[in-house]
Amino acid sequence: MADAEEPEKKRRRIEDLTEKMAVESGHRDGGWDGRWNHVRKFLERPGPFTHPDFEPSTESLQFLLETCKILVIGAGGLGCELLKNLALSGFRLIHVVDMDTIDVSNLNRQFLFRPKDVGRPKAEVAADFINNRIPGCKVVPHFKKIQDFDESFYRQFHIIVCGLDSIIARRWINGMLISVLSYEDGVLDPSSIIPLIDGGTEGFKGNARVILPGMTACIDCTLELYPPQINFPMCTIASMPRLPEHCIEYARILQWPKEQPFGETSLDGDNPEHIQWVFERSKDRASQFNIPGVTYRLTQGVVKRIIPAVASTNAVIAAACATEVFKIATSAYIPLNNYLVFNDVDGLYTYTFEAERKENCTACSQVPQDLQFPPSAKLQEVLEYLTENASLQMKSPAITTTLEGKNKTLYLQSVKSIEERTRPNLCKTLKELGLSDGQEIAVADVTTPQTVLFKINFTA
Amino acid sequence: MAATKDSKEQKYDRQLRLWGDHGQEALENAHVCLINATATGTEILKNLVLPGIGAFTIVDGHSVSGEDAGNNFFLSVDSIGKNRAQAATELLQELNSDVSGNFVEESPDKLLDNDPEFFHRFTIVIGVQLPESTCLRLGSVLWSASVPFLICKTYGLIGYMRLVVQEHSVIESHPDNALEDLRLDQPFDDFKNHIKSYDLASMEKKDHSHTPWVIIVAKFLERWLSEHNNQPPKNYKEKEAFRQMIREGIIKNENGVPEDEENFDEAIKNVNTALNPTKIPSTVEDLFNSEQCNNITAQSSVFWVMLRAVKEFVHNEGNGSLPVRGTIPDMIADSQKFINLQNVYREKAMQDSAAVSKHVECLLQSVGKPPESISEKDIKLFCKNASFLRVVRCRSLAEEYNVDSINKDEITSCMDSPDSEMVFYLMLRAVDRFYQQHSRYPGVYNYQVEEDISKLKLCVNSLLQEYSFNVNIKDDYIHEFCRYGAAEPHTVSAFLGGSAAQEAIKIISHQFVPFNNTFIYNAMSQTSATFQL
Repeated sequence: MADAEEPEKKRRRIEDLTEKMAVESGHRDGGWDGRWNHVRKFLERPGPFTHPDFEPSTESLQFLLETCKILVIGAGGLGCELLKNLALSGFRLIHVVDMDTIDVSNLNRQFLFRPKDVGRPKAEVAADFINNRIPGCKVVPHFKKIQDFDESFYRQFHIIVCGLDSIIARRWINGMLISVLSYEDGVLDPSSIIPLIDGGTEGFKGNARVILPGMTACIDCTLELYPPQINFPMCTIASMPRLPEHCIEYARILQWPKEQPFGETSLDGDNPEHIQWVFERSKDRASQFNIPGVTYRLTQGVVKRIIPAVASTNAVIAAACATEVFKIATSAYIPLNNYLVFNDVDGLYTYTFEAERKENCTACSQVPQDLQFPPSAKLQEVLEYLTENASLQMKSPAITTTLEGKNKTLYLQSVKSIEERTRPNLCKTLKELGLSDGQEIAVADVTTPQTVLFKINFTA
Repeated sequence: MAATKDSKEQKYDRQLRLWGDHGQEALENAHVCLINATATGTEILKNLVLPGIGAFTIVDGHSVSGEDAGNNFFLSVDSIGKNRAQAATELLQELNSDVSGNFVEESPDKLLDNDPEFFHRFTIVIGVQLPESTCLRLGSVLWSASVPFLICKTYGLIGYMRLVVQEHSVIESHPDNALEDLRLDQPFDDFKNHIKSYDLASMEKKDHSHTPWVIIVAKFLERWLSEHNNQPPKNYKEKEAFRQMIREGIIKNENGVPEDEENFDEAIKNVNTALNPTKIPSTVEDLFNSEQCNNITAQSSVFWVMLRAVKEFVHNEGNGSLPVRGTIPDMIADSQKFINLQNVYREKAMQDSAAVSKHVECLLQSVGKPPESISEKDIKLFCKNASFLRVVRCRSLAEEYNVDSINKDEITSCMDSPDSEMVFYLMLRAVDRFYQQHSRYPGVYNYQVEEDISKLKLCVNSLLQEYSFNVNIKDDYIHEFCRYGAAEPHTVSAFLGGSAAQEAIKIISHQFVPFNNTFIYNAMSQTSATFQL
């Protein structure tokens, strides 16, 4: 027995010494023995299911710890989880962007925040917490909108992972990463690709996807997966309410602007006084029509378009996303190809599939977009097409074109003076506006960082 | 801990919209036991502490190691060498002051030796990274005490969960896509009287265009039945003809062109589902036929008493149908017509619920219980959810592991596809054997990886032999499981953390349906599967 023990002990001693040498550099930055043991098994050992490009090496961990730069967009339900997951997987150079401040309703799941932090910027509090809890981790916060940065900011990252709550923002970052792609003689330069991992959750449902801009399906390729938000018809709200929601929308959309109960302030869903006012008016309206069901909670939910949320779903989706970040950063395994759906209402359900690129995707196909309109069509019709078409779903497109060598704004909504000046154009026909067959128009919108070019072809 | 009701309402707002105040109350009365504060364990507990469970107790005899502190958000470098239960409790407690955290510095095996009834006090016990022998011992104790047991394991890139609960009833399953309960195929008297008050042919356009589609379909169905020997439209051809009949009911202008009547469009669109025969779902029929329903005793749970009452209702006042649900979907209509129609269904539901209440009273009296012991409110909720009732029964661990009762069919048929997630279940079982034989897991140290492959293969073969499984496990999986070296990577722990916590919440709140009974997650392919073993 003693003889059999010796080789075992000896081998373990050698193993320990080897490991100690390997982690020495880790110790310099707040490390300790065994700290990265769980991670290293996937970086330093060969295996039958690894990515074809994978090479076991002790340098992979150093790459994660010292070089690999990750951007986390959003420091909310998914963002907090992502920061924790990345930090505990060896990533240290992490930036996080979030334009919001902390609200008390965040505390049931955004676990880097405490009651004393309410009102402070999410990005900053999250970064502080992680940097304090995980020695050596250097999260850099940005209390900003993603649109505040240009491509020079985004280019510095190896991988970008999103935990956003807005489709517009998703489309914007999607467009940004497509705009930094470089093509040589029509061939995509792979080194210009910044992988985008995108996660989303709603109640007990969630999804995680891997996007390689220019190579795999992008956000806009699968826009139909996000059906447009349905608003109640105005005539229902104005004269034929049936549901408590209709009564609430009446108070919000019609009564508030008319009565201006708190002066000329717009309705603030985060102001309990405002919600209380809407709640009382909604109850009045509901009782007029014998409609049951108006509660304070429902009122707040309708006014703020609240989406229910729990810690568990965010934990699952952020975990899946972080696993993909790890796989891509280290080539440890073949990444998800490319879309995961999760639902745990009834048992636990996952579905994994490959979302396909759209041949004529407005964001990533580089194919000029053709529009068909008769010359007698009014500009209003073009505007409606841009907003209502399921593949485009623009929010408030600004349309410009070149006429007689000069740039002309046909319609722009976001600047009041220009909107007033160009509004009459909406009633004019394309012919009246001076457009010719095959004319190119440039459309700018919040859903994309770059203008989209369309070609108008006249139909009979 | 002195959070006001208001501040809790604000904090928990986003989750209250999912499980309501009563669900939250159940959570706040729960005491969860976590065994082993590994990364998987603390991630699960984090997702229970944040939503506000009443209390947790961590049972763990281990001391914190360097690698523990490296993958666990709730263990710091300062906690290395300290007891893991205590160290983790501090940082988990800090997440939510509404929750009461406790710890026991003891291994579960010791507790089972000295004080097995220790575990009886918990609402649910969650065991993480436990060896097979401990699971089986604990499983037996908790089964006898009817305490739900959730086993979780992160092994390399594989996540595993096993739910062990004898019988778990769910009244509020909140199905994603529920069919409406409109009874158009068997209209009740109050509904028939209500539609009598409508004479479509004589209505002004405004009223005509704002008549609910349910009324339209009901009226035209009456006509159809009278013209077709009381037979409703059955095949595609007849349904098309029925739709056409409705279409012709659309008001035409002076030139004979049909007007725009969206309510009629709605009626036509809904013909298919509207004509679905009212049926008791097979899940509910199965419940009606079960032993617990047919044999009501003083020990019967509230669920079974109410179910039996509903069954009595079905065979009497219900004329073969469940109590009317009482809700209708929104539809194009003016306010009054809609509200009046809604009230017809609502009142019928109240009547049916009252009838069920009478049966509840009788049943309670027959077993010597006071009739008020089940409230009207509970009966109403039960009736409203009658179509969606579910009972989950998981097999015991003993049944799963016993040679005579193991689910051989399921395992072998899944393994017809050798890359099915079932292979991971078998590998985890093999790894448990390895641990039993060698008191360690395979491939923990680099030098062990190669030589453990043949040892693990022996364990795989002995497993397959013991159960007479005629399946083949590819060598690649045996290699991979040695490569894992029992690692517990954080992201896989976090995935299981979210999954397991929500299953625990389902058990505690009796809302939404738990899985039955084995869940496998493969982080390599981002796929998962559920097996009933």
